[in-house]
Amino acid sequence: MGRLRSILIWLALLAAMLVPIVAAAQSPLLAWREPIYIVAGFAGILALAILLVQPLLAAGLLPDFTLAKARKLHLFMGITLVASVLLHVGGLWITSPPDVIDALTFTSPTPFSVWGVIAMWAVFAAAMLAALRKRIGLRPMTWRKIHTLLAAITVLGTAAHAMLIEGTMETVTKAALCCVVVLITAKVIFDAKIWQPRRRVARGNRSQS
Amino acid sequence: MMSLITRRTLIAASAATAVTGLTVPARAAGLAPTPSMRGGSNNYLPGAPIVDRIGDGGFWMTGTVRRAGDGAPLAGQRIQIWAHTTEGHEREPESHGATLTDENGEYRLEMPQIVPAFGQPHGHLAYDSGEFKTVFLRPIMPSASDTTLAAHFVLEPA
Repeated sequence: MGRLRSILIWLALLAAMLVPIVAAAQSPLLAWREPIYIVAGFAGILALAILLVQPLLAAGLLPDFTLAKARKLHLFMGITLVASVLLHVGGLWITSPPDVIDALTFTSPTPFSVWGVIAMWAVFAAAMLAALRKRIGLRPMTWRKIHTLLAAITVLGTAAHAMLIEGTMETVTKAALCCVVVLITAKVIFDAKIWQPRRRVARGNRSQS
Repeated sequence: MMSLITRRTLIAASAATAVTGLTVPARAAGLAPTPSMRGGSNNYLPGAPIVDRIGDGGFWMTGTVRRAGDGAPLAGQRIQIWAHTTEGHEREPESHGATLTDENGEYRLEMPQIVPAFGQPHGHLAYDSGEFKTVFLRPIMPSASDTTLAAHFVLEPA
């Protein structure tokens, strides 16, 4: 029974990530786009999909994965996420430089680009914080709070960005993925209880259990 | 604390006045000139040729050109148009074309169907002929399935 449950959870996760990507691949808009623009768009969709698995890995909520193994995959997915964002922005830059310059300087006429750029800087900051974790010597709980806050900004910014765009993503699968990503992120942050004031978590009490 | 709030409110109020002042110039009366839109000039290629139609057509860009102040229609004004369409990206020269307004200050140019790009189905238009101040517009289609889009210019002398 446990085995079946674990398989079902993994399948559901894969479906939640892949169905929106497959749906976007059916978009009629693709016929009128250059390859680099298509790659840039799908890099963005992949980044959104990765945001679903990141909180689950960080909290060690996925079956058959020890927390250590989950955190290792969290790091790998984090690197993939940053690479996807770079490909997304770089590909859009090649497609239409003035539109990307407007977005990066917060002078774009499109409201969604503001959210995208905020999410981009938040995910870069979260990744930098992870890369420099040992060097900057923050207290573990302080580090965790900042990293979590940046992750939350990334998720909310990305969801708003995606929802406001009229692009290749199919609207129902896009809305569903955004909802699930926001809800799971909120649940993981809430359960982690890292912002509960003046209440020491007892030693040995692991929040991920 | 109270004085801080008051000051902030004052700053916000004066900023709002400044913004309004930009969009509605201190003109005694009459029609205000159209301000350029954000991103309107993106991928502009100056000097688009006057054409009967851009590409294979199927979509209509329409609008009017009037003079600021009295609102008189302006005939013979060159309006340049470009967009991401079913036939090409905004940056391609083939996606650009221009047309002239008629005696009623109206223009219409057939072009390929505009498709959503960079998140919105939108077109770009320019008045950039020198006699009046340059204006760049970036109208958005209410629906991507629309087959027409209107954009109106009110120009002030350069």
